[in-house]
Amino acid sequence: MPTDVVMPQMGESIAEGTVIRWMKKVGDKVERDEPMFEISTDKVDAEIPAPASGILTEILAAEGATVAVNSVVARLSGEGEASAPAAGPPAAATSAASSPAAKPAEPGPVPTADESGAESPQAGANAAMASDVAQEASGVSPSDSTPVAKTPAPAPKTAAPVPAAAAEKPQPDTAATSGGAKASADVTSLDERRRTKSSPLVRKIANENDIDITNISGSGISGRVTKKDILDYMEAPRAAEQEHAQQPSIAPGSSPAVSPVSFKAGENVRIEPMSVMRKRIAHHMIVSKQTSAHVTTLFEVDFTKIDKLRKRYKEHYAERGAKLTYLPFIVQALVTGLREYPILNSSIDGESIVYRKDLNIGIAVALDWGLIVPVVKNADEKNILGLARTINDLGERARTKKLSPDEVQGGTFTITNPGIYGGLFGTPIINQPQVAILGVGGVKKRAVVIETDEGDAIVVRSMCYLALTFDHRIIDGALADQFMAKVKATIEKGQFTL
Amino acid sequence: MAASDTQVPVAGGETTYLEAIRQAMFEEMERDPSVFLIGEDVGVYGGAFKTSAGLIERFGAERVIDTPISEAAIVGAASGAALMGMRPIAEMQFIDFIGCAFNQLTNFAATARYRNGNGCPIVVRGPAGGGVHGGPFHSLNPESFFLNTPGLKIVAPGTAYDAKGLLKAAIRDKDPVIYIEHKFLYRRIKENLPAEDYIVPIGKAAIRREGKDLTIITFGAMIYVAEDAAKELEADGVSVEILDMRSLLPFDEEAMLNSVAKTSRVIILHEATLTGGIGGEFAARIADKAFEYLDAPIKRVASIDTPVPYSPPLEAFFLPNKDKVVAAARELLDY
Repeated sequence: MPTDVVMPQMGESIAEGTVIRWMKKVGDKVERDEPMFEISTDKVDAEIPAPASGILTEILAAEGATVAVNSVVARLSGEGEASAPAAGPPAAATSAASSPAAKPAEPGPVPTADESGAESPQAGANAAMASDVAQEASGVSPSDSTPVAKTPAPAPKTAAPVPAAAAEKPQPDTAATSGGAKASADVTSLDERRRTKSSPLVRKIANENDIDITNISGSGISGRVTKKDILDYMEAPRAAEQEHAQQPSIAPGSSPAVSPVSFKAGENVRIEPMSVMRKRIAHHMIVSKQTSAHVTTLFEVDFTKIDKLRKRYKEHYAERGAKLTYLPFIVQALVTGLREYPILNSSIDGESIVYRKDLNIGIAVALDWGLIVPVVKNADEKNILGLARTINDLGERARTKKLSPDEVQGGTFTITNPGIYGGLFGTPIINQPQVAILGVGGVKKRAVVIETDEGDAIVVRSMCYLALTFDHRIIDGALADQFMAKVKATIEKGQFTL
Repeated sequence: MAASDTQVPVAGGETTYLEAIRQAMFEEMERDPSVFLIGEDVGVYGGAFKTSAGLIERFGAERVIDTPISEAAIVGAASGAALMGMRPIAEMQFIDFIGCAFNQLTNFAATARYRNGNGCPIVVRGPAGGGVHGGPFHSLNPESFFLNTPGLKIVAPGTAYDAKGLLKAAIRDKDPVIYIEHKFLYRRIKENLPAEDYIVPIGKAAIRREGKDLTIITFGAMIYVAEDAAKELEADGVSVEILDMRSLLPFDEEAMLNSVAKTSRVIILHEATLTGGIGGEFAARIADKAFEYLDAPIKRVASIDTPVPYSPPLEAFFLPNKDKVVAAARELLDY
């Protein structure tokens, strides 16, 4: 039995995935659960294991191809059938690839109005003429004198059919002539086909303009994208920018008006297409900038207590398999602040504010090929050890592309670490649809003045700048600073649940 | 009856569809002595609808020939004469009876050019169509009976201008032409026609109304039904293009495809019954050659598949009308 290998559903909101790399080629023997290919989706990159053992007989989605979830991307033959398909598939693949696309007929120019108008004076059909027509006709009743315009309407026929009703049953014309053909293997519903296939014309326009019609909202039957829909879509400015808008709660953003510069590849200029991940990061960043009213507040925080705690517990944690960094402490301090100021943990939906009980803290992880934000779920339910383990684990799996889609979704607040390479601080961009993000600067020993009962003193302290970027649409500066003051106090007092 | 019916027609000015036909025959018989008219009651009586009134007075009984009631004989005699160099016009008193001459037309006249290298230049014309309570024997639209016969030409004018120009073109054509005139239009249509000689070339369609949202491909009396539907739809901001095919064999495929390329939505409207009607052929051509211009299925509006009813309410139910076209259009526009 051949097995279809499909593009997996990597999370609920994900509709498509891009094949990045095939690790097997046609003819290769594949073991069940052995990585077959690598994909990139809106949320994660992942290696996809083989659903069954067998010979890879056919690759249907080439590297770089973006296909809908559940589309067949490859076929495996059963183990017993190894000999037959081994010879066949490569030939089949070649012929499919080289089959030329049929060229549509191009009708000539449309005749002008003048031409047709000149030779046909418009006849007034409803010119009610004395109808002596057929008066002398041997077989025709002379009684009729109704001009065309007054032709009586047929009594029993109803007006225009309701589209929904029409959608449920085949058109009468086609039912009579092609009813038999409908029993084919095609299992997608009529509604689904209308949405995805639209019409020959729309498909052609979409192809020529490299448009994915599933990104267009259709006004036709079953939500079908009509000719007008796709033409409007193409005319609408910024349409392309909205193409990948994922979160419905994000107000659609427009791309900044940058006058296009044309670059030419040459000796000193190399042009590389963006990766899927890069395109998505680019898109998310722009959308965020256009969505939120970004403001950044900066706090100088004394990390000396954390330093001490780290020193004291480092080995103890290492024994239990966890690397103790600053991050678990920061996360716990944030949780304390978020509990007191829940609006920092909210989202905006239109004109409403959505508060969430879950405190899911996303942590930006820099990768060689981009950036990903795994989420520490219910961070408030974990002690420092639990947080340390979770953060280590997520970071490790982010670097090895082993994250599941669920692990990068559902964040309510994000932390990013611009200080990792010695930066003093950074002003991060909010991770939509959240409303705030904390940028952690580098922790550095500085001479600071402290006030004691015995008088002021200059001492050496581990200092860090924490920058909070918040959405001023719903968070005012005073509130943001109160939140940060709470975080700062928690850190400086070393009030952690270890 | 207008005095002109029994007089020598005067070309130009306001002219009915029927008078346009009479003028065309009159002028062609004046122009070419080989043109003659043959049919039932075409001579002394002047034709059942008076389409040949005054012809026998002008051209004599040798060129305006009354025959017994036998369409097979009329078309057979005309075909023979045509092979001998004449240009006969054979009138069917009602086009319904052309069936009696089916063999003469399809086996004999249509194949003549293939068989012996000479065409058989006859025109077989007669009143077609319903809407006048003529019942099953006096209402037929027979174009599709002949559509599958290579060698025949078929025209079906819908305006007085085309009635005259197409009949003249048919008479001058070197091959057999079936000329379908719509009896409903005889005296309902009146147009100002040019005084000078003109023809309407066979095989060319005409755009009766320019539009961009939807094309109605039609001909004959249905162009006025299409026009009424277009006016109603226009009130809702829908711009309808009406393409009058007027030549049915050969038909103007290019005009058809151009219009479809423009509007992407098509209704084919004809008065003959639906199944096996010419609309199927049009639809097939469009599907074949303009597939990638279509944004909706091709719709046909035609008479329902029964004999033409005699009862006036039933006939009204049977025939295509404005409401049926508007309903089909709305279905396509919503698609």
